[in-house]
Amino acid sequence: MGKTWASRLIIFTTLLFLIGPFFIIIFAGLSAGSSLSFPPQGLSLKWYLAVFEVESFRQSFTLSMFLAVCGTLCALIIGVPAAYAICRYKIPGAETIKLIVAAPIIVPGIIVGLALLRYLVVPLNFTVTLALFLAHTALVLPYAVRVVSASLENLRTDIEEAAVLLGCTRLQAFSKVVLPNIRSGILAAFILGFVTSFNQVPVSLFLSGPGVRTLPIDMLDYMEITYDPSVAALSALLAFLSMGIVFIAEKTLGFSRYV
Amino acid sequence: MSDTAVSLQNLTLAYGETVAVPSLNLDIHKGELVALLGPSGCGKTTTMRAIAGLMTPRSGTIMIDGVDVTKVSANKRGVGLVFQSYALFPHLSGFENVAFGLRLKRTPAAVITQKVEAGLELVGLSHLAERMPAELSGGQQQRLSLARSLVMEPKVLLLDEPLSNLDARLRLEMRTELQTLQRQTGITMVFVTHDQAEALALADRIVLMKDGVIEQTGTPEDLYNRPNTVFAADFVGFENIFKVSGNTASNSMVIASDTGELNLNYRSDASHLAWRPEGVIIGSGPHAGVVAGVAFAGNKREYVITTDAGKIRADVDASESAVQIGETVSFELPESSARPLREAL
Repeated sequence: MGKTWASRLIIFTTLLFLIGPFFIIIFAGLSAGSSLSFPPQGLSLKWYLAVFEVESFRQSFTLSMFLAVCGTLCALIIGVPAAYAICRYKIPGAETIKLIVAAPIIVPGIIVGLALLRYLVVPLNFTVTLALFLAHTALVLPYAVRVVSASLENLRTDIEEAAVLLGCTRLQAFSKVVLPNIRSGILAAFILGFVTSFNQVPVSLFLSGPGVRTLPIDMLDYMEITYDPSVAALSALLAFLSMGIVFIAEKTLGFSRYV
Repeated sequence: MSDTAVSLQNLTLAYGETVAVPSLNLDIHKGELVALLGPSGCGKTTTMRAIAGLMTPRSGTIMIDGVDVTKVSANKRGVGLVFQSYALFPHLSGFENVAFGLRLKRTPAAVITQKVEAGLELVGLSHLAERMPAELSGGQQQRLSLARSLVMEPKVLLLDEPLSNLDARLRLEMRTELQTLQRQTGITMVFVTHDQAEALALADRIVLMKDGVIEQTGTPEDLYNRPNTVFAADFVGFENIFKVSGNTASNSMVIASDTGELNLNYRSDASHLAWRPEGVIIGSGPHAGVVAGVAFAGNKREYVITTDAGKIRADVDASESAVQIGETVSFELPESSARPLREAL
């Protein structure tokens, strides 16, 4: 009995610790007052609506969307063949390659951002948008390789040979047999990459320039000047967006198998 | 045109530095059902993959229907392969699995439907056409894989260990089915197996391989009754193999195992002699041994007898009364059931 209570208490405090801040943000955004505070001063939906009126939010949202979608797609275009090569061919040092591919996960984002700024944007005159795009692609790549590898490893290799003997070229065998069978893995990688890229702060922090800011950075800037509940409202909306995407992915693909 | 379906000439197959098959010559006739038999690592699967085009030979020639296909890629050879694990496409229904190859050839839809249905009918799967592979039993998956290869009307159908993944009852069923199919379609079939019983039961001709070399070829009867080498005899169930160590007098000789010797009252010029367990006579004869083990196997009893020349296996009709473990029995290794062997090729 005592044990049950103890374990329940631990579970409850853990959940509170994880989800608690999220509830504070939701309610802070529901405030009727004009400054960010908790508990909210009265209840209203006006800050949730106000979010859509802020011009810079709309611009940075568009940029973040662009980076998340295109960066992830680009990472998949590189990552799927890479994962295939790592899984199917006996490449010398495949384990090392996997480790290098995973580097952007291991290396702190601040350092990645600083390095990209120092060695790409400054000396090579890369535009900020291009640098951001490259950075986000590189950040998502490890997830793409890892998740696609997982589903490739679950796929028999002899079905490709079977396809070849039925008349396929190697390329046709890949597109007609391999690709359809790892489709859910690719979708899972896309969603994971999208969420990662969209919520990315440290790398984007270094690479944001005048007028070019991702949404999280824009929110940070906005908060330094204007301390109203719209940031809380926007945070809550973004969290719901991420949750929605992951929820749908879990329901349709069994997302958690791949992560 | 000749009646040779597959002809392998001086074929050398290697994985990097490791030569799996040094130089193979083999002709397979049209409509023949040939078994490539041998222990794992004997090169039988490598040979099959070379015929299919999944492996490039280091040297030598592969002819199919009289045409040199050594340089022809696997997708243009017209060879079918039923994989050991069936290799069905998990994302396609039974029907679509069978239709896969026909769709690639841009066959008209009506012809596809007709051919796929005929193919499924042939293997008795018409009622399961819409199922996904994962929803089929092992035996059904194999029949589907068979149908998928057959609808392409291959010049040769290769089967990799076709019965090894099935349980005993399905095995018998599939064996009969393969034989019936082969008779109906007249297709040339080559199957790879490590199981001598499977090869004996199914094949018209057995090619026994060892270390990439053909040890012996022949009909199942040939191989079963008349193996030529120690390896072949051991593989087809001659459990008692002895070296002829010397002819002592004009009408007697000594045979030896690793552990001892026996004197026999006849002579042989062979280097080795072998007896099947059922060829050993128990209860009479010039030698004596102690029963070390006995197992009842329905129609027979299987004995292990400790003798001067080590353990001897003998099978005796179950209607004869059993000899108990520990009892001494007399036995004979008769000349009539002795198979003379060479040590190696």
